[in-house]
Amino acid sequence: MQISLTINGTFVTREIEPRVLLVHFIRDDLRLTGTHWGCDTSNCGTCVVLMDGQPVKSCTVLAAMADGHTITTVEGLANGATLDPVQQGFMEEHGLQCGFCTPGMMLTARALLDHNPHPEPLEIREAISGQICRCTGYATIVRSIQWAAEHPLVAAAETTEKEEEVRA
Amino acid sequence: MTILEDRPSNPAAGDHDRPIGHGRMQRKEDPRFVRGKGHYVDDIVLPGMLHGAILRAPVAHARLVSIDTTAALAHPGVHAVITGTDLQALGLAWAPTLSMDVQAVLVTDKVRFQGQEVAFVVADDRYAARDALELIQVEYDVLPPVVDARKAMDPGAPVIRDDLEGRTDNHIFDWEAGNKAETDAVFASADVVVKQEIVYPRVHPAPMETCGAVADFDPIDGRLILYETTQAPHAHRTLFAMVSGIPEHKIRVVSPDIGGGFGNKVGIYPGYILAVVGSIVTGKPVKWVEDRSENLMSTSFARDYIMQGEIAATRDGKILALRTNVLADHGAFNATAQPTKYPAGFFHIFTGSYDLAAAHCTVTGVYTNKAPGGVAYACSFRVTEAVYLVERMVDILARKLEMDPAELRLKNFIKKEQFPYPNKTGWEYDSGDYEPTMRLSMKMAGYDELRREQKEKRERGELMGIGISFFTETVGAGPRKDMDILGLGMADGAELRIHPTGKAVVRISVQSQGQGHETTFAQIVAEEIGIPPEDIDVVHGDTDQTPFGLGTYGSRSTPVSGAAVALVARKVREKARFIAAAMLETRPEDLEWEKGRWFVKGDPSVGKTMAEIAMGAHGTVALPEGIDGNLDAEVTYDPPNLTFPFGAYICVVDIDPGTGHVKVRRFIAVDDCGTRINPMIIEGQIHGGLTDGVGMALMEIIEFDAEGNCLGGSLMDYLIPTAMEVPDWETGFTVTPSPHHPIGAKGVGESATVGSPPAVVNAVVDALAPFGVVHMDMPCTPSRVWEAMQGRTRPPV
Repeated sequence: MQISLTINGTFVTREIEPRVLLVHFIRDDLRLTGTHWGCDTSNCGTCVVLMDGQPVKSCTVLAAMADGHTITTVEGLANGATLDPVQQGFMEEHGLQCGFCTPGMMLTARALLDHNPHPEPLEIREAISGQICRCTGYATIVRSIQWAAEHPLVAAAETTEKEEEVRA
Repeated sequence: MTILEDRPSNPAAGDHDRPIGHGRMQRKEDPRFVRGKGHYVDDIVLPGMLHGAILRAPVAHARLVSIDTTAALAHPGVHAVITGTDLQALGLAWAPTLSMDVQAVLVTDKVRFQGQEVAFVVADDRYAARDALELIQVEYDVLPPVVDARKAMDPGAPVIRDDLEGRTDNHIFDWEAGNKAETDAVFASADVVVKQEIVYPRVHPAPMETCGAVADFDPIDGRLILYETTQAPHAHRTLFAMVSGIPEHKIRVVSPDIGGGFGNKVGIYPGYILAVVGSIVTGKPVKWVEDRSENLMSTSFARDYIMQGEIAATRDGKILALRTNVLADHGAFNATAQPTKYPAGFFHIFTGSYDLAAAHCTVTGVYTNKAPGGVAYACSFRVTEAVYLVERMVDILARKLEMDPAELRLKNFIKKEQFPYPNKTGWEYDSGDYEPTMRLSMKMAGYDELRREQKEKRERGELMGIGISFFTETVGAGPRKDMDILGLGMADGAELRIHPTGKAVVRISVQSQGQGHETTFAQIVAEEIGIPPEDIDVVHGDTDQTPFGLGTYGSRSTPVSGAAVALVARKVREKARFIAAAMLETRPEDLEWEKGRWFVKGDPSVGKTMAEIAMGAHGTVALPEGIDGNLDAEVTYDPPNLTFPFGAYICVVDIDPGTGHVKVRRFIAVDDCGTRINPMIIEGQIHGGLTDGVGMALMEIIEFDAEGNCLGGSLMDYLIPTAMEVPDWETGFTVTPSPHHPIGAKGVGESATVGSPPAVVNAVVDALAPFGVVHMDMPCTPSRVWEAMQGRTRPPV
């Protein structure tokens, strides 16, 4: 079957098997390997991407279900050379070690901050509670997201939104 | 987070004052990870690459009657279906394990655990490979399994390893340490003796990235490139050469970015070998990446120790002796990774942090119909089990003596002046100063205030517990006179090159799985030769590009490879002195070092920086005899001893009396890992380990039913803490340098995994004291806690 979707601002059309999972479509067909796969059961969240701005576990979404939607992966977080504050926050506060859960964590953080720019630590913990990190013990992830909340890139964010509107 | 320090630190361990070397700096590896540009095994795509998938046994113990692969082979996109019979013809049906046993790559005779590898399909893509698995017809003749290790040695128990000649039972080894007669004598005359069976259940490292490989065999020049999730690329290369018959110089093992290891990626799994066989058979690169259930059901588990503990003391709380008998469940193949001499790893550090008159332990290993492996999950070769035993026993003794557990520990610590301390089972603890570390943790926790709060709450019927653990680790294996794995001495190499423009590359034999080696090792070199860490590239994870060494596990990277890196940098620094002398037309002994340059004694304005010396080395200046025209060096480091990091942990829990749910309210961790290189990275290592500890204490277990079915085979069943189950960690540190490590550093990667489970369980048991609970086994799940409150405790299966 044929699907069309916007991924990181680029409109793509591809022929796929109907059963292909979104995570495999992103990784194998589009070669965006920043989205990871870690379990088969929607528990770990290393495959989280944003679908129309909402975090989804791409191992539990068929690529066909993304037809007509807008997907953001970790590769779409930065605006050129300018990192998203979430990305900068993870580096500042040691929010990552092996880096495997990091893309999913950062995308969830981005969605959280888009809806709640000044979350309490418990709100951050709840937001990432569907995702597992085996390395960091979460405290530094919470701090990374707080760092991002304290250092918003207002101008850059607006630009990105405008660009997306233009593309849409 | 709180960082407290109540005494002067080692000057080499400053947090911010020496930015060129040791100190907090952002990680050099982070920019690629936050952009999604990490490069993991499953990200590798080679031209013409095929995909492999493994058919696994649905039962724990069964004769293999027949396999029919006809339909699978006919499936579109399938290139090969490999069975045990095919491997037998190649002499590859069995592979040696890291413990001198053998393990089936694919079943030829009998299935020995659920999830065991039965057949391997190679197809165009992962979907086609999985489809074909469904088409393989296998007939099994099911046998009764051995699930409970306690019954493995029963007369008449099914013999699991009938493949081993002359084998009539499920016994693997008996091992002991310490002096039995002395220990028994102390026990016989002691005022107080307390006994307790303590079970450390089977758990799993479950790194977020599962295991996988891409094998690329070139039939023309006979060269194999194997991209693998491995913590020990060099050891794997040597073993692959031994197993496959491919000469070692024709094998290149590449371990790219690794998505967490925790010991899970030390062993050589059948999947890796099958990827290689698949590539040889098809003539194309073959990728194999296991799914989560495969990871949980077939790769290295951890623990599974049934320990009978006994502790002897005087009535006033002087601990005299410890003894224990351990039954170790090693699964269907003894694939444990540990030094050859130590089949129970370093379990004999079970004397802990206490000055004892005597100690003795015995460990018996048995086969069961469970997944093979062991010594995984950040345990420092069984130190986790040892620390859990002693720290639980000390708490049980405190209860018996009606003493405060902190006071009992303080009374029995090995004293600062006793170091280096020879313990009763053969270790020599390198350095320690336990009391200040314990007191700092109590100060951070507000220990006395917590006890007051607990007393008030108890009067109101609320369940609050305070748990203490004081651990001593032994890490950095190890001296080659004592330690090897399959005959390979446990040393590590390092090479350092300073390029003509003064930029450097250091090549190391260990492999990061998230520990930040690219940063830490650059900092060590920076500290020694005075060029900024940004100018030093760390190369690792590729056997063609790095010197030989045994890899990263058992917290050995900093103690062994870190020492190698410091020494190779010193070698370069010394060589630079000779070259600088030649450049300045003076004598080497007339030069003095300050960070980054050699200058003439008494005339600091005359000198040469490392960059100038590097250019000089590669330039035209006449060099002294015996000095090559480069600024490079290499070393292989054989550690004289292990390092002995330690720490004091305090856990505060609240238990819901209605549900038995345990909430970790606070966790205070004070660690001493000697000289601190990058405090940010150290804190990160501690945080991760504490989370592991809470997970094991409260949630994680791989259980089996009576038929040998694995009950922890997915992340819906094998529970791992999320951000909601753990508190905001409160960490502190003290600094007691290792006297034998070149920069005084000790390992830290596993300290918190080792030290935290007893703190959590001690807190839970403390909270349940009003119910008369003296001990309960992990995991302290709501149902198990609730049962304990009803006076029913049961060991896990």
